[in-house]
Amino acid sequence: MTTDTVVAADAAEPIVPGAPPPGPLWLDFWRGIAQDNPVMIQMLGLCPSMAVSNSLANGIGMSAAVIFVLVMSSVLVSSLRKVIPNEVRLASYILIIATFVTISDLVMQAYFPLLSNTLGPFVPLIVVNCIILGRAEAFAGKVKPLRAAVDALGMGVGFTVALCSIAAFREVVGNGTLLGYHLFGLNYEPWVFMIMPPGGFLTMGLGFLFMGWWGERKKAKLAEVTA
Amino acid sequence: MISNLAWIFFSTLLINNFTLAMFLGLCPFFGVTSKVDTGWRLGAANTFVLVITSISAWALNTYVLTSAPYLRTIAFIVVIASMVQIVEMIIKKTLPTLFRELGIYLPLITTNCAILGLALFQTTRKYNLVEGIFFAFGAGLGLTLALSLMASIRERMDVADVPVVAKRMGLVMVIASCLSMAFMGFAGMGSG
Repeated sequence: MTTDTVVAADAAEPIVPGAPPPGPLWLDFWRGIAQDNPVMIQMLGLCPSMAVSNSLANGIGMSAAVIFVLVMSSVLVSSLRKVIPNEVRLASYILIIATFVTISDLVMQAYFPLLSNTLGPFVPLIVVNCIILGRAEAFAGKVKPLRAAVDALGMGVGFTVALCSIAAFREVVGNGTLLGYHLFGLNYEPWVFMIMPPGGFLTMGLGFLFMGWWGERKKAKLAEVTA
Repeated sequence: MISNLAWIFFSTLLINNFTLAMFLGLCPFFGVTSKVDTGWRLGAANTFVLVITSISAWALNTYVLTSAPYLRTIAFIVVIASMVQIVEMIIKKTLPTLFRELGIYLPLITTNCAILGLALFQTTRKYNLVEGIFFAFGAGLGLTLALSLMASIRERMDVADVPVVAKRMGLVMVIASCLSMAFMGFAGMGSG
């Protein structure tokens, strides 16, 4: 509620406080996949990454919807950034996001009824996915549409990579299949635990533990080199 | 009637716990569960908002959205956001101490997926007003339970000798997995 950072409205040269520093476009794209990965580093959008990651098909469907909403809403937010008053910007962002979510929900219901059935309320729940509002607030509302689109695409791909690898792992281990094809023959005893809710938490936990181990190892190597 | 309401309440509270079985409202579950006090206070605030949301979602579904069901997502999120704003203003006016204690968590409830999730599930399951209120109470108490359990475990973790690798999110996730596994045990209640 406290808008301490009120910007003078003249702004011939749009220097917005807190705007991301200018840089090459590929960096905007790459940031979302690697060092600012929304799921693995920023830990945003955890709810969908665990709730719909019990099979790869679900993961792909969800990722496609998120990429669509993320890119479209970022472009629109960025194009309207000089029109939207600062005080009501969050409400406007939410409305823009909700519009695109409704579009993707209806398209999914019409063309992929089966997928739409399995994902259920998790498609409309993209509205409250913190990744999208976070990008609108931190990036898209402060830069030109092209940069906003590239950044959104990077974040979307980063989300896809994280979600699909979690989903693929859970499906392979928990069901012995990948996209419905049996990998280990019919004698494989599926580890059903992994496609149930606790398996989602465990997979994420293992991922974070692995990343922690990797980071520590890198740090130790660096110390060895400098010593 | 009574048994149906009791079933809705307990199945939402334990078997289909919003946080541990349906992955709704994970942000506060991982974000603000470092102290038991804030944990259950946030749970209580959530329960309050959930009940109000349930009532308004029912009203929207019955009186407004019958002619335009495709506007559901937009209508829900707008109503939830304004409801949270109203609740915030009322609490600020009447209970300033509680308002200070809740701080930033109160406006953040708007973007908690548990709230919108409740409204959507209530719609797909076609609950009436009373069923919806019981559903909301069950969900809210379930959130509170999960938040306080996690917070009390994390308070112990702070003084425990944890390996460096697991210092951050890793261990918390594994603990959440164990909690979720424990809650799966309640699933047997349904067949009894």
